[in-house]
Amino acid sequence: MTRSHEFTQGARDMLPMLLGAMPFGIIFGSLAGAAGLSPWQTIGMSLLVFAGSAQFIAISLLGAGTGLAVLLLTTLVVNLRHALYSASLQPFVRHLPKRWRVPLAFWLTDEAYAVVLHRYTDADAAPHKHWYFLGAALAMYLNWQLCTLVGVLFGQSVPNLAAWGLDFAMLATFIGIVVPMLRNCPQVAAALVAGAVALACHALPYKLGLLAAAFSGIVVGVLLERRSAEVVVEELA
Amino acid sequence: MDNWLLILGMLAITFSIRYSLFAFPNLRFPPLARQGLHFVPTAVLTAIVVPGMLLPDGQYWALRLDNAYLLAGLAAIAIAALSRHLLATIGGGLLVFFLLRWALGQLPL
Repeated sequence: MTRSHEFTQGARDMLPMLLGAMPFGIIFGSLAGAAGLSPWQTIGMSLLVFAGSAQFIAISLLGAGTGLAVLLLTTLVVNLRHALYSASLQPFVRHLPKRWRVPLAFWLTDEAYAVVLHRYTDADAAPHKHWYFLGAALAMYLNWQLCTLVGVLFGQSVPNLAAWGLDFAMLATFIGIVVPMLRNCPQVAAALVAGAVALACHALPYKLGLLAAAFSGIVVGVLLERRSAEVVVEELA
Repeated sequence: MDNWLLILGMLAITFSIRYSLFAFPNLRFPPLARQGLHFVPTAVLTAIVVPGMLLPDGQYWALRLDNAYLLAGLAAIAIAALSRHLLATIGGGLLVFFLLRWALGQLPL
């Protein structure tokens, strides 16, 4: 595929994610003012930070009068899962120059990670997959900015978007990406453990439950894979 | 507190985390880490999806037959397992989801 083809394909594959993020962007834009952010600061936060969960937690803590140090520490904890995405995609972007790696990292969200990883694990050896990454990332970014702006400008007069449940589009996409990956016992076990731990730890604040679930799933997957490799070695011996 | 200071601090922290491993293009992961990375998408995405289906509001269990997130999520899992087709899963899942929400009177119409 050509560069522009990859780019538009990336943007197009993000459509369900854009739909899912839309209500949250608008709600963020309409709520940030009450927490003490000016309209410019609200837009500035979406432009510069670009991390939905962290932005929501920041305005709720800000509204409660939390200090700067705690807010920044919370941002660190909430966004820690992105280090996993960074590690997971590093083998695919390591050949790119810095002028590519810096913006792609800035635009790395949960949604872009899922969709872009799916593209990178396609068996084809297309040379321009980073253009797909760029298209997906930019689509998410522009959507987030527009929704924040709509929230800031029209705030409460926007009909109740959250009640539609558009966020299900994100779940359906993640399901469509994960289920075909469950091809062997370690992957299935990783999914079951991650799901169970996520449920057991759902009450933990700051996405700590998600972090614990991800690590548990990864550890169980690796352990089982090592054990089945040992069994194969023993059978051969 | 200066809100701009907060925003710039959040920018620095968020970007540093996201760039953390993109910053080292020459780094090659040891075999154990590489093995672990194979499980990142499965573990993280499942850890987002499962609570999304069973606790759609993020707080309360909804192990009920009027929970469209749960039923349509199960339908999407079935479609994905049978078709292994991403677009069919998204389209089919959304269709089941909105039909259920409509039938259950959960849409703001």
